[in-house]
Amino acid sequence: MLVFRCPYCGVDAEETELSPGGEAHLTRFGPGSSDAEFSGYLFDRENPKGVHFERWRHSYGCGKWFHAARCTATLEVFGTYPAQTTEPPKDILDTLAKKRPGWTWRELGAK
Amino acid sequence: MKRYSAFALVREALNDHKGWSRAWADAQPKDRYDVIFVGAGGHGLATAYYLGKRFGITNVAILEKGWLGGGNTGRNTTIIRSNYLQDPSAAIYEKARDLYEGLSQDLNYNVMFSPRGVLMLAQTHHEVRGYQRTAHANRLQGVETEFVGPERVKEIVPIIRLDGPRYPVLGGLWQARGGTARHDAVAWGYARACSAMGMDIIQNCEVTGVRSEAGKVTGVDTTRGAIGCGKLGMVVAGHAGVLAQMAGFRLPVESVALQALVSEPIKPCMDVVVMANTVHGYMSQSDKGEMVIGGGADGFNNYTQRGSFQHIEETVRALIETFPMVSRLKMLRQWGGIVDMTGDRSPILSKTPLEGCFVNCGWGTGGFKAIPGSGWGFAELMAKGQAPLCDAFSLDRFREGRFIDESVAAGVAH
Repeated sequence: MLVFRCPYCGVDAEETELSPGGEAHLTRFGPGSSDAEFSGYLFDRENPKGVHFERWRHSYGCGKWFHAARCTATLEVFGTYPAQTTEPPKDILDTLAKKRPGWTWRELGAK
Repeated sequence: MKRYSAFALVREALNDHKGWSRAWADAQPKDRYDVIFVGAGGHGLATAYYLGKRFGITNVAILEKGWLGGGNTGRNTTIIRSNYLQDPSAAIYEKARDLYEGLSQDLNYNVMFSPRGVLMLAQTHHEVRGYQRTAHANRLQGVETEFVGPERVKEIVPIIRLDGPRYPVLGGLWQARGGTARHDAVAWGYARACSAMGMDIIQNCEVTGVRSEAGKVTGVDTTRGAIGCGKLGMVVAGHAGVLAQMAGFRLPVESVALQALVSEPIKPCMDVVVMANTVHGYMSQSDKGEMVIGGGADGFNNYTQRGSFQHIEETVRALIETFPMVSRLKMLRQWGGIVDMTGDRSPILSKTPLEGCFVNCGWGTGGFKAIPGSGWGFAELMAKGQAPLCDAFSLDRFREGRFIDESVAAGVAH
C-alpha cells in the first residue's frame, strides 16, 4: 500500500486516505493553441514504467492537492512536494539522480 | 501437426500416448518477416491467425518477452459477453462472441467455451434505466439481451440475496449467450494454428527498440538480435505506452493494476456469470468448483502486477452482501494484471504516426472477451489498411471528438 507524506499537513497518509489525480506538470493549452497541442494536453499521457510525477489529493485529510514522485515499476515513493510549481524541487531531482541514474521523463518546466 | 479427434484419442490410448507431437514449435528468430507482432497473448495470436487464414500472409513472427499467454491472457476472469451500448463496441464484441461459439471447431482445439449466460445486476434505479436502455440498444444492434425482473434473477441465480440492506437487486441485464472460456486454451489453440501455418512464435524475446527509416517501420531490436519487418503490430496491453515510446509517439493510455482472486473449490452452486457493477464485484464458478472473483481497478499508474489490498476487501464485501453463502469461503489465490485504460474505456485498433506500424491496445479491463473479434478486425486493418470493425476505434477519434464512451455507458470498469 502506498504511503505519502502530505507536504501541507505533514501527515503520513496511506492510499485509502488519498485520491489519485493523474499526471503532474501538464501544460494547459487553450484558445490559440494548435490542434495537436490541445489534443496532446487533453489525452496524451506519459505512462512511464519507472519514474513518474503525479498529482494526489489528501481527500480524507486536509483536502489539498499535492505532487508526488514515484516509481511505477516498484511503487517506491521518492518524495512529495506542494502543487504550486511547474517542476519537481531540487531535493527530489537529487534523490532521483542518486536512486535512478539515467531516468527520463518528458521535458519539465514552464512553457 | 496431427489433428485432434476422438479417433486420435483412441489411437494414442492404445499407444501409451507416446505419439502426440508438440502443439506448437518454439521457433528461433529469422532475419526478416513480412509482419511482426509484439506480444504473444490472445489478441496478438488471434490477429496472426486471421492474417494467415483470411489474407494468406504467413511469413509472420510473434515475439513474446515472457512465455506464451503469460500476460493478461492468463490473468483474466474469462468472461465473454457483448452487451455494450455503443454500436462500434457491440459490433466488435458480438463478432468475438459469435466466433467463440465455433472457435473449438475452427482451431481444432477445445477452448471450453461455455455459453452459460451473463447476468449484470441492476441495484439502483439509475442502473435499471441504464440497462433497459442497453437492452433496447442491443435489440437494434442484433445482440440478444433482455432486461429481467428480480423474480427471474432469483430463478437464474438461486443463491442470490435480493433484499440486501444497501443495494437490493431490482433486476438485471441477461445475456443468455454470453459465458466463459478456458483462457489458456484460447492462447494455446491460436498458437497451435499459427504454428501449423508456418508462423514463428518466439518466446523470451523482448523488444528493446523499434527501427524506422523515413517515417516507415523497418524492424525491431530485441534481446535476441535485430529482426526486420514490413509491418509491425503492437499488441502488448499494459506495456503499449512503453512500446509506443520506442516507436516515437505517445498514446492516450494509462496502465493500472486490475486484480482477481479465486476461492477454494466447492460443489456447483452457480451456473452463470454474475456481475454487480454498482458494488464492484463479479463472480462465476469454474469447472473445478472455484469461485472466480474480479473487482475494480486501481486508480494510479502501476506496472507491478499486484494491486492494492483495499480493492480485494471492497470486492469481497460487496459479494458477501449479495451472496451470503460465500462468506465462509477461503480464498486460494490472488493476482494482478496490468491493463491499459483509455479515456473513453474503448480500445484502440489503429494505424499510428509511424507508417507500417499498427497498434491494438486500450482494451482496459475487458480484453479477453474480444480476442477473436479483435484479431479478425485487426488482421483486416493490417492487411488492407482499413476494416469496418476497427475504423471507429482509430487513434484520431480522440482529436476529432468521436469517443466511443463506454465508461459513461457502463458507469464502471468493465
